[in-house]
Amino acid sequence: MNRAGLPPNPDPVLNQPITPELVKKHGLLPEEYEKVRQHLGGDPTLTELGIFSVMWSEHCSYKNTRPLLKGFPTEKRGATENFGRVLVKAGEENAGIIDVGDGWAIAFKIESHNHPSAIEPFEGAATGVGGIIRDIFTMGARPVLLTNSLRFGELSSPATKRLLRGVVSGIAHYGNCVGVPTVGGDVYFDRSYEGNPLVNALCLGTLRHDQIRRGRATGVGNPVYYVGAATGRDGLGGAAFASKELSAESSSDRPAVQKGDPFMEKLLIEACLEMMAVPGLVVGIQDMGAAGLTCSTCETASRGGAGIEIELDGVPQREPGMNSYEIMLSESQERMLVIVQKGRESEIEQVFEKWDLHAAHVGTVTDTGRMVVRQHGVVVADIPAPALTDNAPVYQREARRPAYLDETSRWTPQGSGLADLDLAGAAAALPRLLSHPTIASKRWIYRQYDHMVQHGTVVLPGSDAGVVRLRLGSSEKFIAISNDCNGRYCYLNPRRGALIAMVECLRNLVCAGATPLAMTDNLNFGNPYKPENFYQLKECVEGLAEACRFFDVPVVGGNVSLYNESPEGAIDPTPTVSVVGFIEKEAHITRQFARAGAAGLILLGGAPAELGGSQYLGVIHGLKTGDAPAVDLPAEKRLQDFLLAQIRAGRVCSAHDLSEGGLLVAISEKLFGDARLGAAVDLSGLEAPRLDALLFGESQGRVVISVAPADLSAVLDAARAAGVPADGIGAAAPGANLSVKTAHGTLEWSVSGLRLGWETSIESAMKRPGLS
Amino acid sequence: MKGAAIKIAVLQFPGSNCDQDAFHLFSTGLGLPTRYVWHKETRLGEADLVVIPGGFSYGDYLRCGAIARFSPVMGAARDYAERGGVVLGICNGFQILCEAGLLPGALIRNSSLEFRCLTCDLAVSDAGPAFNTRTLGTRIRLPIGHGEGNYRIDEAGRERLETNRQILLRYTDNPNGSLGAIAGVRNEEGNVFGMMPHPDRAFERFHPSMDGLKVARAILSLRFPEVSRKSA
Repeated sequence: MNRAGLPPNPDPVLNQPITPELVKKHGLLPEEYEKVRQHLGGDPTLTELGIFSVMWSEHCSYKNTRPLLKGFPTEKRGATENFGRVLVKAGEENAGIIDVGDGWAIAFKIESHNHPSAIEPFEGAATGVGGIIRDIFTMGARPVLLTNSLRFGELSSPATKRLLRGVVSGIAHYGNCVGVPTVGGDVYFDRSYEGNPLVNALCLGTLRHDQIRRGRATGVGNPVYYVGAATGRDGLGGAAFASKELSAESSSDRPAVQKGDPFMEKLLIEACLEMMAVPGLVVGIQDMGAAGLTCSTCETASRGGAGIEIELDGVPQREPGMNSYEIMLSESQERMLVIVQKGRESEIEQVFEKWDLHAAHVGTVTDTGRMVVRQHGVVVADIPAPALTDNAPVYQREARRPAYLDETSRWTPQGSGLADLDLAGAAAALPRLLSHPTIASKRWIYRQYDHMVQHGTVVLPGSDAGVVRLRLGSSEKFIAISNDCNGRYCYLNPRRGALIAMVECLRNLVCAGATPLAMTDNLNFGNPYKPENFYQLKECVEGLAEACRFFDVPVVGGNVSLYNESPEGAIDPTPTVSVVGFIEKEAHITRQFARAGAAGLILLGGAPAELGGSQYLGVIHGLKTGDAPAVDLPAEKRLQDFLLAQIRAGRVCSAHDLSEGGLLVAISEKLFGDARLGAAVDLSGLEAPRLDALLFGESQGRVVISVAPADLSAVLDAARAAGVPADGIGAAAPGANLSVKTAHGTLEWSVSGLRLGWETSIESAMKRPGLS
Repeated sequence: MKGAAIKIAVLQFPGSNCDQDAFHLFSTGLGLPTRYVWHKETRLGEADLVVIPGGFSYGDYLRCGAIARFSPVMGAARDYAERGGVVLGICNGFQILCEAGLLPGALIRNSSLEFRCLTCDLAVSDAGPAFNTRTLGTRIRLPIGHGEGNYRIDEAGRERLETNRQILLRYTDNPNGSLGAIAGVRNEEGNVFGMMPHPDRAFERFHPSMDGLKVARAILSLRFPEVSRKSA
């Protein structure tokens, strides 16, 4: 039954009665449907039901996470008048914006495309990149870099190989064609992601403060334009699809996966930036991402405190006979909604004509506060805009500590009778760890990404952080960016795991010579209706928030991806963190690789002594257990401040932090930048109850730096004065071998042998027969 | 680079994405007056060198460069080249020049079937008065970034390339399966140059090399001999 005031629709499909089954199919709970009726004062039309279902999905509404996310700091305490201020806060707009001085700013954000990539890896990953780029240029910023954060099952599985190949070529296809360099990323392989890979993509753009654009519809009578690609039936209800668990039937949900056209995106970037550069022309702009036309109209209206009326007959359509439900829910890519200053319609049309793109006048801003949609002149939806956005349901879910934590957190190597390594065992373990795909070189991946276009990439992929030169007007600035999250730690101790993701990311930036500026996060978790999953989510968010407050790094935006489960169960909790840092002077840029010539090696932070959650336990013993490594925030801060000061003093030749694989992996990786380099390392003076934990443990707050021999004692003295543990552990020098003296004897490897396994491990696994 | 007012024109197609890189190679790297020419233009204006930059012109969905060759500006570029004007095509620009028949040969998918982005060592060939080991040295290093850089030509064509000294550069470690490891060629007349490697990604102090400046100077020296003397 249609409610009062809405005419019956001539299309019988759209006129069907709303049954409880139909409501359930749209993913709305009975009590949520009751709320829909209250907002509308009666039953919704089919189109309205569809609109509510996507807008109230987790993907759009954050209904299960909003209260948690309020704990994130959104402003920088230490910001100055012209540096570090948050200009657009998290949640306000499509992406946050932060001041980098001299009237310039950066916009950046990370977003997931996990479910589409699980079903259709190439298009899923490609459109993930396309979507995040639109989130950035819709703010008025020119996209200047991309990174991505990927998680897959074990690489030995054929399904993982297919997904990895598809995802990497999808990212390459899209990013390379639009001409935005992919300068870094992180990749882990772990069984928990089998069947549910994670594909998180980040984009960063630059803009002047006066170029910031908002997704707001204001000014009654202002025309609403639809620009970009035509609307098709692809991606129908993708936001709702992303908000449920993957099942055996999901692969038949292909229509929920969108298809990308990077060429169209490139034109759209240029046309939109050109249009936005015209003073006063654009009132508001928003991309049509998740929930397409629906989301962009009701969000812009709601933010602007206005209403919007649109007529769907004006929407460019790829196929005939699409009804209002399909048009409103389509997630066809490369489309934007633009609100233009009344009377200046010809100016926007001229710009889009130059770029041979659609610019269709589809509606008007009103003062009713309602989103009104017509097709063929008939009203198909009439909804108070805030009902879809600010007044969407919010839940406080139940959290319950998972039972497995009792067992894993009590695990110790002594208690479980795990024998320590002898010399032969240690000699064999290092090459195995180096060639594990999680630790091995990701060259097979990043050589498929154009990481040099726009000619600003300073530190290429493969180091602790990517470094990019930004050309800002006539001046230039250098920024570093790093992604991080070890899901294994988060599984074993969600709060601390998240804390580690954050501090390690910061440490990576400091190793590159950067001061951390701001963070964006992608929360990848399982179904929040399961209390154990919600516990992980809650603990992780609180851990991230604690680290952000401690280090004064605000969160400028992010994304939540729940329901990451396959029939095998939920993924390891994965709160991916990405932090942007600022490098004061070009001379401070530091790489992880030691350079040819003699250099003293210093271990900062003390001897590693923990085994819990390590790759060593996983790769060598098949264990995912123990507690995550301890984090001492004040000690971490002392270390990072000290390292940055030494870098600025010009005393640090290279810096690489200890992470997966521990000390020996870090030392080996330092040598892989120069084929002529070897090292003689002496660890016999370090206090080490267990050899395995010393060599391969993943204790936090450790960095290996190389310094000129003449600076060695000065750096050690300065560390002592700063209260940072520092040990001279030998020297890198021209040579073929890595030798490591321990209290139990000396280990020796050929560096080229270690490098070969590290460099070619993923390549060999992905080799296609018959191709060079 | 002072003295002669050498003017550079960089063509822009929809989907060009190294247009700014090429622009900065000449304007920032060499300090020369440089401007863009839009693909719908039928005139190039005054130019001493026309650069066709990298990217994915018109999306390159059919075959790289296959649509771009029909664009209005390419008609003007063809006239310009036929009158003896100097043209440099980089990456997609090289593909467009081959499709337009202004350079011999064709570029097909990399033998790996994957995009490749890395820095290559290149052996410089003796390709006439401008482009040779005297102007460039025997080895240079330049980045590549392409999925279709696998150079192909028939046997007779290849012999002509060798005989006429039309090969500019060869990869020392062939990254894409190119015949004879050929990375760049010129036309027989010696005024049209095309290469897959990117001189426009090798001209700033933090780039993998600064050999892009050498390449740009070598090509300019064809009409402006004083340029190559300055590069020494």
